[in-house]
Amino acid sequence: MADDEAREDVHEAEPTPVAPDDEVAAAIVERFPGSQFDRSHGQPVVYVDRAVLADVAGFLRDEQQFTMCVDITATDHLLDGVRYVPAGVAVERYEVVANFLSHVRNRRVRIICEVPADDLSVPSLTAVYPGTNFPERETYDFYGIDFVGHPDLTRILMPDDWEGHPLRKDYPPARVPVTFKGDPHPR
Amino acid sequence: MPLDQIPHNFMTARLEDVVRWGRRNSVFPATFGLACCALEMMATGAAHYDLARFGMEVFRASPRQADLMIVAGRVSQKMAPVLRQVYDQMVEPKWVISMGVCASSGGMFNNYAIVQGVDQIVPVDVYVPGCPPGPETLMHGILTLHEQIRTGELLRRREASPTGGAAIQLDTSAPAPAGI
Amino acid sequence: MSEIRSDEEQLEEERLERQTSEGAQELQPRVRTKEVVLTGGGMWPEDELDDTMIINMGPQHPSTHGVLRLMMELDSEEVLRIKPVIGYLHTGMEKTGEELTYVQGGTNVTRMDYAAPLSNELVYSMAVERLLDIEVTPRATWIRMMLVELNRMSSHLLFQATNGMDIGAVSMMLYGWREREEVLRYLEYVTGLRMNHNFIRPGGVAADLPDGWQERVLELCDTVEHGVSEYDELLSENPIWRERTVGIGLITTEECLARSITGPILRSTGFAWDLRKAQPYLAYDEVDFDVVYGANGDVFDRYRLRLAEIFESIKIVRQCVERMPAGDYRVQDKKLTPPPRARIDESMEALIHHFKLFTEGFKVPAGETYLSIESPRGEIGCYMVSDGSGKPVRMHIRGPSFYNLQSIEPMGTGSLVADAIAIVSSVDPIMGEVDR
Repeated sequence: MADDEAREDVHEAEPTPVAPDDEVAAAIVERFPGSQFDRSHGQPVVYVDRAVLADVAGFLRDEQQFTMCVDITATDHLLDGVRYVPAGVAVERYEVVANFLSHVRNRRVRIICEVPADDLSVPSLTAVYPGTNFPERETYDFYGIDFVGHPDLTRILMPDDWEGHPLRKDYPPARVPVTFKGDPHPR
Repeated sequence: MPLDQIPHNFMTARLEDVVRWGRRNSVFPATFGLACCALEMMATGAAHYDLARFGMEVFRASPRQADLMIVAGRVSQKMAPVLRQVYDQMVEPKWVISMGVCASSGGMFNNYAIVQGVDQIVPVDVYVPGCPPGPETLMHGILTLHEQIRTGELLRRREASPTGGAAIQLDTSAPAPAGI
Repeated sequence: MSEIRSDEEQLEEERLERQTSEGAQELQPRVRTKEVVLTGGGMWPEDELDDTMIINMGPQHPSTHGVLRLMMELDSEEVLRIKPVIGYLHTGMEKTGEELTYVQGGTNVTRMDYAAPLSNELVYSMAVERLLDIEVTPRATWIRMMLVELNRMSSHLLFQATNGMDIGAVSMMLYGWREREEVLRYLEYVTGLRMNHNFIRPGGVAADLPDGWQERVLELCDTVEHGVSEYDELLSENPIWRERTVGIGLITTEECLARSITGPILRSTGFAWDLRKAQPYLAYDEVDFDVVYGANGDVFDRYRLRLAEIFESIKIVRQCVERMPAGDYRVQDKKLTPPPRARIDESMEALIHHFKLFTEGFKVPAGETYLSIESPRGEIGCYMVSDGSGKPVRMHIRGPSFYNLQSIEPMGTGSLVADAIAIVSSVDPIMGEVDR
């Protein structure tokens, strides 16, 4: 589109969500309306509302034969240059990302939910997949995201009395200035 | 008995030299392998780069039986008190080799999580650079330490310093922590 | 039931609280509830929890693999509860990963699983390449595959050494290191370093294979094969070894899958899941090898499985030698991969590209991806989010040992202390990737 006005029109119109072309994603979008499918570099990703995260996990385990929750992590998008997000998803500062693997069907799916900075909580998946115990503790440790229903939500990698959540973008990397011999100023 | 009639079955030496010779040739390292440098430290103790020829292949697990603490790897904030506690439990004379750049200065990890050099926690005698230092480098560091033990230079410096070689003045009036 | 505590129990609890100063990460002593007991003149009933002791194994301990701390509640020699406490090697690598460019990121990632550094570099480079939507050349793919399989061999040899030593066969330490030295010497010949190579980089590999690599690697394969069959002879039928390992540390497939456990532990339960076969990457679908899996899920199965995986890796390396394609060792895109050092003297453009790449790096378009491969410890994954700049927004590595540590609880509960050591050793955690 070369015309600026026309481009504005396109942006102001309601973006049409992409129809899922992956059967698992289609099942999720059907069961949990309001979810948004995306094909990210060949992988199926579904953006769901964070309130239903545990229900989605239960659905995947019980009805879609997703035997393992491979990983739970989070991202802080405070300082993004260009934020990659598909049409139809309400962006927030944090995202909680869960990867699932089905051994029997040999497929993977990723579930992402947006978490606002002022209400940093998400339901825990430990009741569905006990193996999410450690990664949820790690995500809490690094981002301060509260996983409601986790049996032991304490710091796992930082010392118990550490203050602050290190992987947040407003937490400095805390570099010590290094001085070399003869250097006029520390770098 | 005049000296020429002694049947030449013994040698004489200064007591300090004999003590230093004994200390140098039977340094027992304490196991303090933390990260990647630990693998190279184990390689140095293994058959190819043999540390047994220096009397050092026995890595004592208990710090009470060890002379040398080779801090091999990056020391995180959570590990720092443990490091100090193990160092305190070692009996004098004790030496510390800081192996690798992470132990010497924080290495490539200049951030919130890593202590920027173990010399902030324990007094270090030899720094061995490398990431990780190969077994030959570590052995060079160990032999440097042996040389310093042989000449007694280390103990001389320690006596001269007010804290007995420690970087921090220890408060020995508080009760010892229980545990371990 | 009313809670009546004797003075002794109260004192015991307070003493434990004073000792364990970290609070939440500790094992708390169990709440003792005693009913009012009427003995009617007979013996006071014994409280079976009376003699338990909460002890600490680690973080400095001769046989924990790195700085792992296990809190155990012991009833004389039997472990009632076991809880791993980690974080003693936390290096802030994921934060550092956000501060380094994509070219520099390999140096950071390679130090996570320091027993198999090339696997980390591979998963990182492949994630970056996927975000860039580029494909590496066939020669780079096969070189990567050969190096990663050599790394698998050296990691499993390390396991044989440390596992043997932990269980008591101390001479295994020396034998395992003997073969591992040969592999490391070859890796130094190819990559320049014995460990933490930073050789697999986004776009390909850092340099081409040196001359004479085929003969040396075939010699290496013969040496390792001979050595590993010696270990097999030494240990697999050894009655002492079998007593110490068979039936110890049992875990079932359902427990593994529920706890996100992958790798040799999952395969030892009888579930033949290997990402190299199930979701092939690099050129694994073009080489011929078997997936090794066990039957019982005990320590012996895991030992024997890793031993057999060394033989499978040797098979793959031999096929790589026969079928290594010719061509470029890196993608010929001037904006991504640096020119060879010699050309910097000749061409101004090469010098500028070299400078730009090593100071600013290249930019990756906005996107996110999760990519996983099979490392010697299990499924290692890289979740990367990019925003169009030269540094990642999020660089998360799913380290398999982090999840595999969750298997220590079901395996260790109810075992003896010596078995707990054998179990931790068979999980083969590398704390660098646990704590990152």
